Amino acid sequence: MRKFKEKLSERIFFALALSSISVLALITLFIFIKGVPLIAEVGAFKFIFGMSWAPGRGEFGIFPMIIGSVSVTLGAAVLGIPVGICCSIFMAEFAPVWMRNIFRPAIQLLAGIPSVVYGFWGLLFVVPAIRNYLGGPGLSILAGSVILAIMILPTIISISEVSLLALPRHYKEGALALGMTHWQTIRSVQLPAAKSGIVAAVILGIGRAIGETMAVIMVLGNSVAVPQSVLDPVRTLTTNIGIEMGYASGGHQQALFATGIVLFVIIMALNVSAQYITRRKIK
Amino acid sequence: MKVKFPKRAAFVMLSAVIPAFMSSCGGKTGISVVVAGSTSVQPYVEMLAEEYELLCPGIVVDIQGGGSSAGVTAVESRTADVGMSSRELNEKERELWSTVIAKDGLALIAHPDNPVDNLAIGQIRDIYSGKITNWRELNGADAKIHIISREEGSGTRSAFEDMVMAGEPVTPKAIVQNSNGAVRLLVSNDPNAVGFISLGLIGNQAGLKPVKALKLDGVSPTRENVINGGYSLYRPFLLVAESEPEGAAKLFVDFILSEEGQRLLVEEGLVSVREGTGE
Repeated sequence: MRKFKEKLSERIFFALALSSISVLALITLFIFIKGVPLIAEVGAFKFIFGMSWAPGRGEFGIFPMIIGSVSVTLGAAVLGIPVGICCSIFMAEFAPVWMRNIFRPAIQLLAGIPSVVYGFWGLLFVVPAIRNYLGGPGLSILAGSVILAIMILPTIISISEVSLLALPRHYKEGALALGMTHWQTIRSVQLPAAKSGIVAAVILGIGRAIGETMAVIMVLGNSVAVPQSVLDPVRTLTTNIGIEMGYASGGHQQALFATGIVLFVIIMALNVSAQYITRRKIK
Repeated sequence: MKVKFPKRAAFVMLSAVIPAFMSSCGGKTGISVVVAGSTSVQPYVEMLAEEYELLCPGIVVDIQGGGSSAGVTAVESRTADVGMSSRELNEKERELWSTVIAKDGLALIAHPDNPVDNLAIGQIRDIYSGKITNWRELNGADAKIHIISREEGSGTRSAFEDMVMAGEPVTPKAIVQNSNGAVRLLVSNDPNAVGFISLGLIGNQAGLKPVKALKLDGVSPTRENVINGGYSLYRPFLLVAESEPEGAAKLFVDFILSEEGQRLLVEEGLVSVREGTGE
């Protein structure tokens, strides 16, 4: 009887674990079944590099959205990565314990704010600030980058900090014993040693930025033209789906799933490379 | 939406007068009507459904959005009893049963500080097709026009394209927002913006930053001007069904077209079927 119970619970856990994996498989399959016919019909090259998106007239080109996703994510990376890495160095190396005990939960809290709240805040404060001080409609690449930079901070900070703290103590002790200053130790011993963890943190942060939808839909303006400056509105791959799904049917709906495929491939590539980099470090 | 009367109080009052209303409920209980379609029509039908469910506690009205085209598809595939559309039916859809429940004006809005307050229809077309890009060309300030449009597939956008754009595409540089409310919010904050929203939703009431409704060829977009035919930007709100509705669906449609239903729609800023549009 006891053995039976053991077996049974094992099976139940296995079934539940399997169900979460199979959901992933089903979603992937579904997106591809829905989206591939349209890509085949339009032609992959024309779909990805087409400059005009007007589903009503049968034009499905998502290149302006790819530019949009890349530019907004790049902006978020430029603003967020230096701040995030410096913050993690401060927490791992300089901050006294009591300060670390305030910073760490505060940063976790930053990760817990729902994205729609970031978007709403951005729409009511960041967008008017850009409109009033820098010009343009305010809804812009810059507004999206600022919001996303804040949103990716927790990812970058916590993973980089963990990888800095995980370094063997003797690296640092050895460097200090050789007469290096604290900053020299960080720069030429700690950072290079933790490099793979920090790179993974950055990649995961970028993945988060590319996938974010709700916050940016509210501050980007969602134009389907290729932007000329950081003050121009743009549409990203995610917001293209988010803003049009409510009304889409037929070929239009397929085109949105096809947009999802492109997004899926990009995010998969980012996650796989992050995994690859962290795994290489463990060996 | 207007402030709700407390439901319980309404119920108590209604149970006293229910016999008088029994005719509009058909004595039926425990049945539901599925309504789907245009998100422009949805808030009004939701309001009507709440009122109707108070009158006829036995009938449940289930309302889903999805857009005008989705509403028509849902009716054709019989996943919904009644569809909502904020645009005229096209050739292929004409065979369906449909009825106009109200008309809704479409207003061009700008920031109250904008000196421009009148546009010709050709000027609107030139703005939205990207030919006019500066307010100076319209005797306004020397500033770039921030064009705000709705998303592809929206009934409001397709009504705008049909009535104004005359086949010209809306410029891809236009900012796209996915609700009347979002367009209104942006315009109320940006002195250089222009947008179009449903006439019933301009609502410069307390708490909302004001927007200015632009005149079209000298005519203000008001309910009165839609009724007397002076203002030409308006569209029908339609209910659609696979064939003439029966049972609970028919009762709900009849309620919407009744004097009470039409009065509620007028209160929300629409033009009722009875008021006509000066045609």
